Amino acid sequence: MNVRRRMITVVSAYAVFAAAVMVWAPTVGSTDISLSKAFDRSIPWDQNVDAQIFFVARLPRVLSGAIVGASLASAGVVLQAMLRNPLATPFTLGVSAGAALGAMIAIAIGLDLGAMGVSSVPIASFAGSLVAIAIVYFLASSQKRGLSTNVLLLAGVTLNSFFSALILFVQYMADFTQSFRAVRWLMGDLDVGSYSPILAAIPFIVAAFAVFAILPRTLNLLTMGENVAAARGVEVIRAQRWAFLSASLATGAAVSLGGPIGFIGIVVPHLVRLMVGSDHRIVLPAATLFGAAFTVLCDLTARTIMAPMELPVGIITALIGGPFFLWLLVKKS
Amino acid sequence: MFFVMIFVIFVVSFQAQRPQRIISLVPALTEMLFAIGAGPQVVAVSSFDEYPPEATKLPRVGALLDPDTERIISLTPDLVVTYGSQVDLQAQMKRAAITTFDYRHGGLAHIMTTMRELGARTGHVAEAETAATGIEVRIAAVRARVAGKPRPRVLLVFGREPRSLRNIYVSAGRGFLHDMLEAAGGQDVFADADRESIQATTEHILARAPDVILELRSENIPDESALREELGPWGRLASVPAVRNKRVILLTGQAVTVPGPRVADGIERMAKALHP
Repeated sequence: MNVRRRMITVVSAYAVFAAAVMVWAPTVGSTDISLSKAFDRSIPWDQNVDAQIFFVARLPRVLSGAIVGASLASAGVVLQAMLRNPLATPFTLGVSAGAALGAMIAIAIGLDLGAMGVSSVPIASFAGSLVAIAIVYFLASSQKRGLSTNVLLLAGVTLNSFFSALILFVQYMADFTQSFRAVRWLMGDLDVGSYSPILAAIPFIVAAFAVFAILPRTLNLLTMGENVAAARGVEVIRAQRWAFLSASLATGAAVSLGGPIGFIGIVVPHLVRLMVGSDHRIVLPAATLFGAAFTVLCDLTARTIMAPMELPVGIITALIGGPFFLWLLVKKS
Repeated sequence: MFFVMIFVIFVVSFQAQRPQRIISLVPALTEMLFAIGAGPQVVAVSSFDEYPPEATKLPRVGALLDPDTERIISLTPDLVVTYGSQVDLQAQMKRAAITTFDYRHGGLAHIMTTMRELGARTGHVAEAETAATGIEVRIAAVRARVAGKPRPRVLLVFGREPRSLRNIYVSAGRGFLHDMLEAAGGQDVFADADRESIQATTEHILARAPDVILELRSENIPDESALREELGPWGRLASVPAVRNKRVILLTGQAVTVPGPRVADGIERMAKALHP
């Protein structure tokens, strides 16, 4: 089978799976709702509980889960290929730590600003991620020969620990309710409660995905080494710059929307690679779709398993993702 | 003469046992100490104490997570009020031969029990009895006033991300907030969850359809427009009876959030909000 046909078959299979999950997920939850009533336009909106549960509580959750999952999984694929490091995650380069620091500061000082229906915490965390991206980028490109992946990696890891220390400091200075909120934020939460934060994140994620769309062939060459890629006509520095910026932008937007939900960015790419091979023309779209479905399913578990209590989605992604990944590793070897 | 001497010895020894230098690391118990007349014996408080005003003038020696053991010992206390989970501090106090009073938050009745216990420990039995009974009488009066009235189903919110419907923390089937609401003639919509609090999702709030949403805040809201903006996001849950009937109510001040002697104020205000 040629690559193109295989690509179409595999990617459409993943697309069908992701679409099925996204259609099914809003129909289940901790309460039973009647779908016919939810879509019944003749009942006034303020009296239609089923419609409100479907459109106000569940649909924004499923959408934000899909967006966050797709962004983190694809950013993971791109960064692993670009850094030629299978352990790279969207959180390796300090972006999520920057986002977390922004969120922590907003929570601790009780920052109260809002724009377009988005509250201060997502805004501050996105600003934090941009600061982190800028710092890492300028550190890594300060050398004359352009972006150095080694410096990028080291700068990212160092920035991560530095920001983590600042996060601990901010948390320690905050009072109990604030530090509890801060810790809770770090576990991830997709109950966004309205469409505005989703709409605010979409432009950045669309921009990042537009760059991802032209990257796969370059990523295939980059994984063989910078020299090989350069010999085949890849403008290595430019490609790396775009890969880093787009992956970081997607991560920053995703984290500000749902918090730093762990494991998606590392488990999903590897899982998909184990299933479909290593050609990024297939891996990147497949991981994007699978990441969306995986996150929506994890959030579904989080909101139903202990109802009326809610489990943080980050705990579910870790509990499901970790062992499943280990099992696949053992099975494959 | 003999009996008088016995009496004098008894009084003197009782006085000697009565702690003269108390340090309180729990704001709710600082309030209780002042309410039962043990205020003059308090020599230091926690970093979060804001009430009564006299307490704010005292030295501060850390709090739940960061008690300053060195300062505590240097102030030579003879009684340290600690929270139950501060086991390291309790062990250190024991080594320094300083007695501790270990407390944990409980239900509403636990507030009065604790006040009486503190009275016995600090030599203010009668005053503690008067203060505790006073609160009990006021609570009983509220109960009597709301008895027989229909009990609205209430969502009692004590934490929420500003200007959004995210991270909503509500009182559940246990603890003093739940007891306060019940005394004020309300019915907790999450009473079936056997916990002090849960994070409520928008789905649960819509499904449980509370008649009243009562939101508690320690700090005050500056003006009307800020209040409207604070409560605005609830408008998204249009099918909730509380939202439809404009019964989303914000109560501010520590009386409604601190499990101390001001709890009767809190209950009276809750009752007024629920049964105007």
